[in-house]
Amino acid sequence: MFNQLLPYLLAGISVGGQYALIAVGYTMVYGILRLINFAHGDIFTAAGFFMVYLSASLPPAVSIPLVIVLTVVLGFTVERVAYKPLRSAPRMSIMISAIGVSYLLQNLMWYLTGGLAKQYPVLPGLSETIRIGEATTKVVTIVTPVLTVALVVGLVMLINHTKIGMAMRAVSVDFETAQLMGIKINNVISVTFIIGSAMAAVGSMLFFTNYTAVTPTVGAMPGLKAFVAAVFGGIGSIPGAMIGALIIGISENLIKAAGLTAFSDAFTFALLILVLLFRPTGLFGEKTTEKV
Amino acid sequence: MSEVKNVLRLENITMQFGGVVAINNLSLQVNEGEIVALIGPNGAGKTTAFNCVTGVYEPTNGAVYFHGKPIAVNHPQGKMVRQYAGELANKYRETRPVVYSPDRITAMGIARTFQNIRLFKSQTAFENVLIATHLRRSSNLFTAAFRLNLREERRMREKAMSLLETVGLAEEADELATSLPYGKQRRLEIARALATDPTLLLLDEPAAGMNPQETDELGEFIVDIKNRFNLTVFMIEHHMNLVMDISDRIYVLDFGRQIAEGTPQEIQQNPVVIAAYLGVEEE
Amino acid sequence: MKERKNARLILSLLGVAAIYFLGWFIEQRSGSKSMVVTVLQKGAVYALIAVSMNLLNGFVGLFSLGQAGFMLVGAYTYAILTIPMAKRAAVYQYYDGGWVQFTVGVIPAMIAAGLIAAVFAALIGIPVLRLKGDYLAIATLGFAEIIRAIVQWDTIGPLTNGSNLLKTYPTLKNIMPGNSVLFVFLVVGVCIGLILLIINSTYGRAMKAIRDDEIAAEAMGINLFHHKQMAFVISSFFAGVGGALLAMYQGSLQANSFKSSMTYEILLIVVIGGLGSVSGSVIASFLFIAASEWWLRFLDSEMLVGDFKVPLLAPGFRMVVFSVVIMVVVLFFRRGIMGDRELWEIGRRRGAKGGRIQ
Repeated sequence: MFNQLLPYLLAGISVGGQYALIAVGYTMVYGILRLINFAHGDIFTAAGFFMVYLSASLPPAVSIPLVIVLTVVLGFTVERVAYKPLRSAPRMSIMISAIGVSYLLQNLMWYLTGGLAKQYPVLPGLSETIRIGEATTKVVTIVTPVLTVALVVGLVMLINHTKIGMAMRAVSVDFETAQLMGIKINNVISVTFIIGSAMAAVGSMLFFTNYTAVTPTVGAMPGLKAFVAAVFGGIGSIPGAMIGALIIGISENLIKAAGLTAFSDAFTFALLILVLLFRPTGLFGEKTTEKV
Repeated sequence: MSEVKNVLRLENITMQFGGVVAINNLSLQVNEGEIVALIGPNGAGKTTAFNCVTGVYEPTNGAVYFHGKPIAVNHPQGKMVRQYAGELANKYRETRPVVYSPDRITAMGIARTFQNIRLFKSQTAFENVLIATHLRRSSNLFTAAFRLNLREERRMREKAMSLLETVGLAEEADELATSLPYGKQRRLEIARALATDPTLLLLDEPAAGMNPQETDELGEFIVDIKNRFNLTVFMIEHHMNLVMDISDRIYVLDFGRQIAEGTPQEIQQNPVVIAAYLGVEEE
Repeated sequence: MKERKNARLILSLLGVAAIYFLGWFIEQRSGSKSMVVTVLQKGAVYALIAVSMNLLNGFVGLFSLGQAGFMLVGAYTYAILTIPMAKRAAVYQYYDGGWVQFTVGVIPAMIAAGLIAAVFAALIGIPVLRLKGDYLAIATLGFAEIIRAIVQWDTIGPLTNGSNLLKTYPTLKNIMPGNSVLFVFLVVGVCIGLILLIINSTYGRAMKAIRDDEIAAEAMGINLFHHKQMAFVISSFFAGVGGALLAMYQGSLQANSFKSSMTYEILLIVVIGGLGSVSGSVIASFLFIAASEWWLRFLDSEMLVGDFKVPLLAPGFRMVVFSVVIMVVVLFFRRGIMGDRELWEIGRRRGAKGGRIQ
């Protein structure tokens, strides 16, 4: 029994870790701007395409950091162009802008790539197969959870022990007051998008090593699931997002193991709805009340 | 002497947000036909008390009665059992909690205005009042959509217009509500509240932002609508002249506790109230 | 006062009649297969769907992203009910001809499409309408995805044909041959007319009050859940009918095309037209479809000016230009084409509608 489930469990942990890296971007942006950054999944996709094109002419030692840099630049630009002008607008406007950016990025990627699926390059040290117990899997399956935990721990330390981290926490508690206290809001928001995009870039390398076809809309579903993970863990909480993502990744694969593949996506959303109904603040979120 | 009927009665109301006690064991009553004022320094818990009456908040402990009928009863539950810092937690333990949503409470006959004016901002003054007549409709979606309720629609419009006249805003009927000056917005809020046919009117700082002349007029106006619509009025107010002029009785709140109760004369001479408002010199 | 109102009514009716005549005339002149007819058909279908979404997002202030799900329900209901008996065996070839062994007319099937979508909305509304703002958005999006998964589920394949195509049901080509535009315009016109009647009734006013200020609306005795649920069900009814029309337009159906990107597209139409403006949504739908299907087509193919090859033009460029235009609207013209006003209100002073008793 266990031996039969093992490959699914491994796959679940692996994909969960990849969702976690995307979810970090969602949860941080939401924590600070109260915005569901619908374009985040597309930034993740863009990172995939960057690698496809860069690795064609550059060695991995150059292309990997370059992909991260380009993704960060993209994330930063999206924030500056599409969200910053709407700082004082109603929240719905910013969310609509995010949907617009997502639409633009998908169309742009379709145009630039000709709409055909691209084969993701083989990254050294990730694609080799290894045996764990009875199961064979790729190295990336083992690398993902380790790397994810390391990055999340590093990020939590950054937030708890550095000045910019303190500024982020302040802004997420009270936007206006933080501004009055002299925190440069725009810098904090930029840093948030930079970190989120970098994480998404790393996530995309791990994700596409397993699912090697990159298409313009491939990021939409992992993006939504990562968002669900962020809500599940309690939006705004980074460790929460990671745990949420792992739970979703594992349950999704167990459902596949049970032969209900068609429902693995639906399950994620069912979980989301249950969480929203019974514990809207997620596993680790905090409650807020509206002032009348 | 005719029998005094109380319209609103708060009994041992405590409202606690986490560890913060906003109202501590407040009991008061408002009798039929009275104008009762609730005063106290900022942050004393006055608006919170209103919110407990109108169903916006569920009190942590205590009961609210309207015409003798319980409209909110609660005792500390869940996390609050541990955090509860008030008294009398056990008094309501045996009673079944009663919760009504704000719209049900308005339907029972309690209408309110808001301290930080909450008009429907994309609507005209007339439409603001008209919306509030929706509550007493007899039409359903079908009859309303297919205009089978023309008579009722006409009555709603007449009522809204006459309320605007009552508050002196007939001229501004077609102005966007939020483009009106402050004082008129407050009057519009009162007209809107009256359109729900209340028997008890809660006014949350009706004179805030008004100049002395407007405030004087407001006092007469409140007495006038009270008589005209057979209302009982319960209001929060900071303008002491207004409070002393028109109130029958006054309750004073400080740090969530009731520190005094009485007629305007009694309150004016009460040393505790004076201390709360002016502060006491520490020796 | 009364006379002016009547004059306006007559003017509006004349305007509508002119639009119908124009639609009919264009189809007679340029034939059912021309691009302009395609734009008129699809534009009208999208107009209905956009208006139904605007009812929620623009008039009640509920940020719902479930439209694609309700369209899917409507489209499938319509197709399943109208596939001719003789063709069922071929369509449901993997499921022994399917469970449904009867066929109903086009109009009853469209009404059923709306009703089933409305039933789904009523059930989904009970839990999700208690959520606020963006949580509501993501929950409705989630439900739309769940609906899509269920429709493709093999176990109910005999009903939905699983992930296979549904086809051979009556389409725009064969319902009123040669008058397809008139047919779509009639259905869409009736539906939008009904929505307008609701918006301008006392219930519509209550919905706008909820949009402006939930807490104040509740304090005025408006039952939030009741009215939100009502709007959600009505919106989904018309999204369902819109889905049925879309099925007729497309000629075949597959659940996979009803993705969240479809909802996003409709939301963008609503925003371009103006949140809270029915006429804005209608105008924006036609513009959106005309631009994406027709006017910008030339961007997708290479062009030579003399010997000079115009750069950038290649398949997909159209949609890039198009989405840039949308972003410009979203960022710099946030009120859209119409803001929250209607075409027939232009020139009237703000709010001068019926302040006096008419």
